[in-house]
Amino acid sequence: MYLAHAHLATADQLIGRTLLDFLNLPDSLVVRSLFGVVVAVGVFVPTALLIAMLGIWWERKVAGHIQSRPGPNRVGPMGLLQSLADGIKLITKEDLRPAGADKLLFKLAPYLVFAPVFAVFIALPFGPDFVFEPRLSAGVFWILAMMSLEVVGVILAGWSSNNKWSVYGAMREACQMVSYEIPLGLSIIVGVMAAGTLNMVELGHLQQGGIHTWLIFQNPFAMLAFGVYFIASLASNKRAPFDLPESDSELVAGYHTEYSGMRFAFFYFAEYIAMFVIGGIQAGLFLGGWNDPFGIIGFLDARWRPVWQADPTFANAWPLMLLNIAGAGIFAIKCILVIFVQMWVRWTLPRPRIDQVLYTCIKVLLPLGCVLLLGAALWQLLIPPMPGVPWVDYNPYLPSDWSDKGSLGAYVAQMILANIGGAVVGTIVFWIFHARALDPTRRHKKRLTDPEPILT
Amino acid sequence: MTIGLTHFLVLAAFLFVCGLMTILLKRNAIGILMGVELVLNAANVNLVAFNYYQHPGSAAHPLLTGQIFAIFIIVLAAAEAAVALAIFLSFYNSFSTIDVERANEMREQG
Amino acid sequence: MNLPLAISETATATAVLFYALALMCAGSAVVVVVSRNIVRTAVALMFSLVGVAGLYFLLNAEFLAAVQLVVYAGGTLILMIFGVMLTSRSPTSRFEPSKSEVVVAVSIGVVLMVSLTAALLHWTRRNPPQSAPLTGEHPYAVAELGKALLGDYLVPFELASVLLLSVMIGAAYLAKGRRDLP
Repeated sequence: MYLAHAHLATADQLIGRTLLDFLNLPDSLVVRSLFGVVVAVGVFVPTALLIAMLGIWWERKVAGHIQSRPGPNRVGPMGLLQSLADGIKLITKEDLRPAGADKLLFKLAPYLVFAPVFAVFIALPFGPDFVFEPRLSAGVFWILAMMSLEVVGVILAGWSSNNKWSVYGAMREACQMVSYEIPLGLSIIVGVMAAGTLNMVELGHLQQGGIHTWLIFQNPFAMLAFGVYFIASLASNKRAPFDLPESDSELVAGYHTEYSGMRFAFFYFAEYIAMFVIGGIQAGLFLGGWNDPFGIIGFLDARWRPVWQADPTFANAWPLMLLNIAGAGIFAIKCILVIFVQMWVRWTLPRPRIDQVLYTCIKVLLPLGCVLLLGAALWQLLIPPMPGVPWVDYNPYLPSDWSDKGSLGAYVAQMILANIGGAVVGTIVFWIFHARALDPTRRHKKRLTDPEPILT
Repeated sequence: MTIGLTHFLVLAAFLFVCGLMTILLKRNAIGILMGVELVLNAANVNLVAFNYYQHPGSAAHPLLTGQIFAIFIIVLAAAEAAVALAIFLSFYNSFSTIDVERANEMREQG
Repeated sequence: MNLPLAISETATATAVLFYALALMCAGSAVVVVVSRNIVRTAVALMFSLVGVAGLYFLLNAEFLAAVQLVVYAGGTLILMIFGVMLTSRSPTSRFEPSKSEVVVAVSIGVVLMVSLTAALLHWTRRNPPQSAPLTGEHPYAVAELGKALLGDYLVPFELASVLLLSVMIGAAYLAKGRRDLP
């Protein structure tokens, strides 16, 4: 089991030191706090808003194409400015409050839902140095804690609306979210067990040797744990098929019935940012974080980082910065892929009843999670895990390096699972492209008349 | 100004006193339960503060007695809240009220 | 690798953080005592619990802070809010304690606070703390916590799991109601 904590005790402050050198600023508390505030406000807030707006647009496009219609395509190229138009509409709506509603709690609830989801950005590893707080030794658990805090806001929203339907929606939703936290936690534990650390930066470094070092391919139980986590995260985020709290046909709109305008927008933003954050956990814990499938970023990082650590000047720092930017792009792509699968599932599956939802949690996912935990523990007892950080402690592509440290069994297992995983993903991608582009029988029907332009 | 052990102990004492006053002042049974949770939190703050200031061990082998004690207290508080709420629900089913002033009969209702 | 800040600057930072979190904790605790609406009391309790979690982060207990947030704020508090929603006749019903009860409770509280503070100050003046003052550095202690839980403290760990099992069964039985019983 790899327990690296030397890396944490002295977290490389690549970004901080490089910027201080570049701007010729003295290092003091004020400067550091200012830098933190600038990053939080100038980077995270626009990122969150961008994620929410692009997510809403993409959801409508995906929904449209799955239902054989084009989705938004009027406002802007391919309908990209549709979210902006929706935002303007929401801002200019009247700020309603139901008559008997508790004023303070009614206003507080959207912020209580949005704030924990936004606070997760502290721990997300966009790159080896693009982490807001790399020394957070309980990083994965912090993310879990923030997802649990979201439930309080939802219950308050339902309760303070003074509306029976909202209360029903809120209670159903709290029940569902809290129940699904158990399989969520169990599947995360399986991944953490394979790595031996809760820190997101460490997890990223452990997976930097190429696709066969990713924790999803560590053992077959980790693959199933990824599936269990995906299903449980769908329920935790109130996404279909578990979207009973906002089931439009049953409860009007569930717990946010009485909210309009920007308050409603906060709930919507929170949902899409939570989707990104869930994708971030899956990417960071199971799918290799910021690493590419060939291990190039890890290789370059292992070569360039000691050079910078020995001599921290700007000339040694900018290659690492470029690497970080590439890693952030790869991390974002992985999150987007997970979000795409979430949307795909939403517009494909029907909605079960609340008792079926809870049946799935307690009678299917919970025993499955326990079995996976036991299986992963036994697997690691019998087959030694990865022998350290790839490219730093060993070469991940040489079987001799693995067997020198006694982990040849792990190498064989991970290679087999990686090949199986790659084959499955490749088949699905090819199938999608075949259905979309190559299959000649799925042409769009020709329109009878052209649509009239909106603005004359 | 350096934050010392005293600061944490005074804060914990304040939380304890607030919890105690909540227990004394609330007539809603669940309000009393919230007071109990405040008292337990005060005890936890005390334990973790003592663990940091008086018994941290060394950097190579940190001593975590206070934190483990606090983890067990959190676990037990959650268990006790669950049982207490089950009792309150039972009480509400029998008496149709959650006011503890009305819980003044030994005999079973009806 | 870390650029070391001057020790007085770090102490200032942690002092600011401590006072902000302590204000949130203590202020919310006062709202818990004073508020007459039970749902507002629950929200104030949530802020108090989150403040205590922040204090744990200051005290190098990061895992404990996350446990506090997950179990207390994200579990126990939700249970209490559920209890409130299931047992309230109307959202605005409130029970008021009588005036004499308020006087007695407040006087007990004030006396207790003053005597506790005096005793604490007296004790810490006699026994100054041995370790270094709070600077906010983070040693990695989650692995040590795991080793301790499954090593030195294995028996309490197992007992806690048995206790939780019995609590689950007991609470489910108690909340079922007497109608279904033979």
